[in-house]
This record gives sequence, structure tokens and C-alpha cells, in this order.
Amino acid sequence: MHEFALVRGLMEAVLTEAENNGIQKINIIKIVVGEMTAALPDALRFSFEILSRDTPAQDAELLIDKQALQLDCRQCRFSFPGESLNYNCPQCGSGNTEIVKGQELYIEYFEGE
Amino acid sequence: MKVFMAQDLLKANVGMAVKNREIFSSNGTLVVNIIGSPGAGKTALLEQTLDLLAPEFKIAVIEGDIYTSRDVERLENKGAELIQINTAGGCHLDAGMVAGVMGALPLDEIDIIFIENIGNLVCPAEFDLGEDCKVVVLSSSEGGDKPAKYPVIFRKSEVCVITKTDLIPYTNFDLSQVTAEIEGINGNIKIFPLAAVKGEGLGAWTGWLKMKLAEKRGLPAAE
Repeated sequence: MHEFALVRGLMEAVLTEAENNGIQKINIIKIVVGEMTAALPDALRFSFEILSRDTPAQDAELLIDKQALQLDCRQCRFSFPGESLNYNCPQCGSGNTEIVKGQELYIEYFEGE
Repeated sequence: MKVFMAQDLLKANVGMAVKNREIFSSNGTLVVNIIGSPGAGKTALLEQTLDLLAPEFKIAVIEGDIYTSRDVERLENKGAELIQINTAGGCHLDAGMVAGVMGALPLDEIDIIFIENIGNLVCPAEFDLGEDCKVVVLSSSEGGDKPAKYPVIFRKSEVCVITKTDLIPYTNFDLSQVTAEIEGINGNIKIFPLAAVKGEGLGAWTGWLKMKLAEKRGLPAAE
């Protein structure tokens, strides 16, 4: 349940930023979560429900944008989706690949008044 | 009002990990974050590793455990500096916890620090502690399906130690198939199969650690 720790980071960041902008009620928070993270949307929502209680973010909608895995081959520069559990290059067979999408774990924006 | 942030959810941890890494590096200390399921054999691996390396190197172990200090007790009298972190229910170590204890170590004297993380293949994968590398420990007895079920940690680790190879005849663990699967997830990973309590196969693992330490200090690797 490290999602609790992640959402604690989310709350601190959003509440600080809300205060800086004079926002007293937060309605929407959008986060981006890559497939290659160990953060489960249900556990994030559950943690958010608990940690947002009695804060300006209580009852806000948590939008979770899941990002699929995308890799680049460092040898032949071929770009491919990480659909199966084989992340080696399907074109040249190299194991020297780089994850270019799917490791995201960030707050994109929030809306409030 | 819409406020764009683009802020990493792990920002606080990442910042702390960067500081830890700077401090470790300025002391030339190699730091290895050891991650694996409960019972995978992380502590047994450390017991044997200390026996082999402590006569030659100054070693410290930071032991992460939810409640007990049993692992530290197993490593006593092996010539290593030992530090216990109890997370009181927490499922992973974070960079702040490591920062909180590293001051108790004489870092300028220490060659290698092993950090034994909480037994868990999920959460520790996300938390950088400031280490040089992650090592995932997988035992033959827990089943060969673990890399496919927990790809994140296998992708992020520089080494996979496959433990309890002496038990393979009593399990359905297929070493060549599991190795191929791990290499499919991470084509750059180094895999060291061994049987720690029997003392079998540890040479490749300790040789790699010596090579990493030499690399970190910019010295030619001595085998």
C-alpha cells in the first residue's frame, strides 16, 4: 500500500499550490500514472478519499490518466509498444531498450475556486 | 481556476534520494538496495556475502524490517556495521528513512552499504533510496511466475540473484525459462543463480560487487 505515501505527496503539493493561488475548494485533480509503475488506481482513489477528508480537496474528483508502455531501442532506434512482457526490440532483438512512456507518476493539474 | 503543476508524486523522495546519493558518492561508498519477497533469502544472502567480503572490505548493513530486529541479530559478529530501521507497518523504505540513519555510519571508512528493504516486490520498486543499484532476489521456491507478475522491479534492477537453486529439484522452477523471461523484461540485467546456505555460486555475485566498487572509485577492476 505505498499508494498511501504517493497520495500524501499529492495532497501536500496540491494543497500548497491551492493556498498559493487562493483556492479554497478543489473540484478536480488530474494525475498521470504509467503502466510501468506499481501504483494501482483503486488504491490511489481509496487513499485519496481518506487523506482528503476535512481538507479543501474533500469530495474532489480524482482523474487518473493511465499511460501505456512505449519503448525505444537504443541500438536501432525502433519504437514499439510494451504489450507483452518482452521488452527487447522486436526489430533487431537488442535488449538495450529504453522506456519512453509508461513510467509517469505526476500531477498534471487541479481545478478549484 | 485551473492550476497546471506537472509535479512528480515522488518529488520529496526523489529530492532526498539525490542528496543521499551525493553524500554516498563523495565518500566513495557503494550502496546496494536489496529487494525481494518475504522469505526469498535476502538475509541469508547477506550472511554469506558478509562472510566472504567482510575480511577484505568495510561493510555496513541497513536492515529494513516492519517490526523486528531479527535480521540484524542474524548478521551480528560478522564484522559489519549494522543499523536497524523499523517502519512500524510501512511496506517500503524511503529515502528519508535512510537519510535519518546514515549519519550514524562512519561513511568515509565504509566501502559497501547493503540496504535490505522490506520483504515486498511491489512498493520498494518505486522508492529511490540514493543507491547505486537495485538487486532483486528471487528464490526458486517462490515460483518462476514472479518476474511476469512484478515486472517493474525486474526492469529497474541491475542484478537478479536467484536463490535456493539447491531446492530446484523439489519445485517446478525452470531456471532457463525464468532466466529467459527476466531477460525479456530487462535485457541488461545480470543474473546470478546461487544456493547461499550451501555456499554455492557466490563467487560471481561477490565478483560483481567488487567490480562495482572498483568502478565507483574509478579503479581498474581486480578479479
